[in-house]
Amino acid sequence: MTNKKVYITRRIPKPGFDKLAEGFEVDFYDSDDAIPHQVLVDKLKTKRYDALLCMLTDQIEKEVLDAAGPQLKIVATMSVGYDHIDLQECAARNILVANTPGVSTDSVAELTVSLLLMTARRIQEGVSAVRSGQWGDWKPKWLCGTELTGSTLGIYGLGRIGFNVGRRLKPFGFSKIYYVDVQEVSYARDIDAQFTDFEGLIKNCDFICVCCNLTPQTRHMFNKESFKRMKKNAILINTGRGGVIDHDALVEALKNGDIQAAGLDVTEPEPLPKEHPLVAMNNCVILPHMGSNTWDSRNAMAEIAARNCLAAISNKTPEGIVFVQ
Amino acid sequence: MSSGARPRVFISRRIPEEGRALLAATCDVNSWESDEPPSHSEYLQAVAGVDGILCLLTDTINGELLDAAGPGLKVVSTLSVGYDHIDVKECARRNVKIGYTPGILTAATAELTVALLLATSRRLKEGIRAVENGEWGSWKPMWLCGPGLEGATVGIVGFGRIGVTVGRCLKPFGVASFLYSGRSEKPVEAKELGAMFVSFDELLAKSDFVVACCALTDKTRNLFNASAFKKMKNSAVFVNTSRGGIVNQNDLITALQSGQIGAAGLDVTTPEPLPTDSPLLKLDNCVVLPHIASATHKTRAAMAVLAANNLLAGLRGDKLPHEIQI
Repeated sequence: MTNKKVYITRRIPKPGFDKLAEGFEVDFYDSDDAIPHQVLVDKLKTKRYDALLCMLTDQIEKEVLDAAGPQLKIVATMSVGYDHIDLQECAARNILVANTPGVSTDSVAELTVSLLLMTARRIQEGVSAVRSGQWGDWKPKWLCGTELTGSTLGIYGLGRIGFNVGRRLKPFGFSKIYYVDVQEVSYARDIDAQFTDFEGLIKNCDFICVCCNLTPQTRHMFNKESFKRMKKNAILINTGRGGVIDHDALVEALKNGDIQAAGLDVTEPEPLPKEHPLVAMNNCVILPHMGSNTWDSRNAMAEIAARNCLAAISNKTPEGIVFVQ
Repeated sequence: MSSGARPRVFISRRIPEEGRALLAATCDVNSWESDEPPSHSEYLQAVAGVDGILCLLTDTINGELLDAAGPGLKVVSTLSVGYDHIDVKECARRNVKIGYTPGILTAATAELTVALLLATSRRLKEGIRAVENGEWGSWKPMWLCGPGLEGATVGIVGFGRIGVTVGRCLKPFGVASFLYSGRSEKPVEAKELGAMFVSFDELLAKSDFVVACCALTDKTRNLFNASAFKKMKNSAVFVNTSRGGIVNQNDLITALQSGQIGAAGLDVTTPEPLPTDSPLLKLDNCVVLPHIASATHKTRAAMAVLAANNLLAGLRGDKLPHEIQI
């Protein structure tokens, strides 16, 4: 019987639980909702945990780490992002930090394409029309959307996700694919994507997918001036980070017809309040940050987080280790 | 039709201007300028003595209508690829040619089929509703999760133009295996996807995604019934963008309610439009669209032009660009 203990801050997929049970006594917050901060702090004081498996909703800062005690070896987050973890505080206490990179790429790329298709073909309006009784006899010109064939696609950020989005969209018959990134990348060749700058992207593209991180450089890149210079028929899709788009400017652009439509899986803020003007607009589709929500992706994330914990107590380097600068 | 006189043509609905203008250039066109169909008696009256009819998939072209048109009728041209609304035998008996619009709508239809599959499997309808109802809370590991295409088996029932194009679009999503069933093997098209020809039953048993892309015929009517849904996986996602008639809809409702299959995405139903109190609309795991598979500006305009050209060829006594042969 192991004497190593792990605390999980949420109910997680079974593959994660089972993996942890191979090397730990497992305690967890038995809920689908986020653990309140004080509850976490109190809980960590009740036992000497060797590992903490957390979610991106948990703020792992000084108070939590103090409560956990000096025997804590690792904070393993079930996410790619780790901006909720105080890396300096962990480093000062020799606590490893690990995330779950790579395993959500396919599901996020798939969701991006799903959102693009949904927006282009006005599926939200179609579903509403059926529910509300607006569906009459078949009419040739009703609910016509924008066909992908022969259109120009732009990908803003050709990392793992951007590239996989491009790969999935290629068979739909775009006449041209452009991409923007900090520099040219050789694998762009595999999807016949041509390097351009932001100006070239917004001037030429009928569809634009935002697949980049949020940095000071990309913040509010899509603003009032950009929307004015984009094509009037343009459709903008964002599955990167909400802050890349100025949402007030987007509202105006959609109202005025500066661009045709938008599909967002990420917003500013998240969650987006239901009263926000974008929610009610017919030419805007909002999803509640569903990017990685396939069973395979979430199971893999849980399992990797668990493996990260097991590695830490065996004095091995976790596969998802985050190196602190 | 006397020599010198322009042929008389009836268009049964308001269609994209590109098509109407093409006909008006050389014909006397009577166009029903409404989005709503003519009544039965109005239709019979309107076709009396015409040389050609351009119709929609919601019109019934049967013996009665053909009689009303009279012996001068040379051609019926439908603005669709489906022609289950046309009595092909009665047309043949009267030497009336039938034009339809295959190929030109393949891209738009395949696009919508993939869009509907993904909207269903990735639970986008529920996601949108959560945002609208203020149910979007903080991130949860297991909220609104669905199956992905990565590593999945996709079964395409009906490996024609549309089915093949759907397969081609799905391939880069990481589909592990394509299966198809139908009347005959299509080795050339199958090779590109690595698709395997199997029996209908085997396809149902093995597929994570079952996509119906077959025409409605006597053989395919009610093909998807209780027995078929029983053979499918409990997690299977069923997509139909072909015709409502290939599905026994009550059996589908039962299968979805009982969890016998995972989810369904439908662009076609019985009837159309679907009444708003249909049980299908109460199910979270069912997405219903109002028959918009070919609904892009580009494709509808192209369909109208093709349908007009089919009609003009028939009036001239030429071979139609796309003709139904029996």
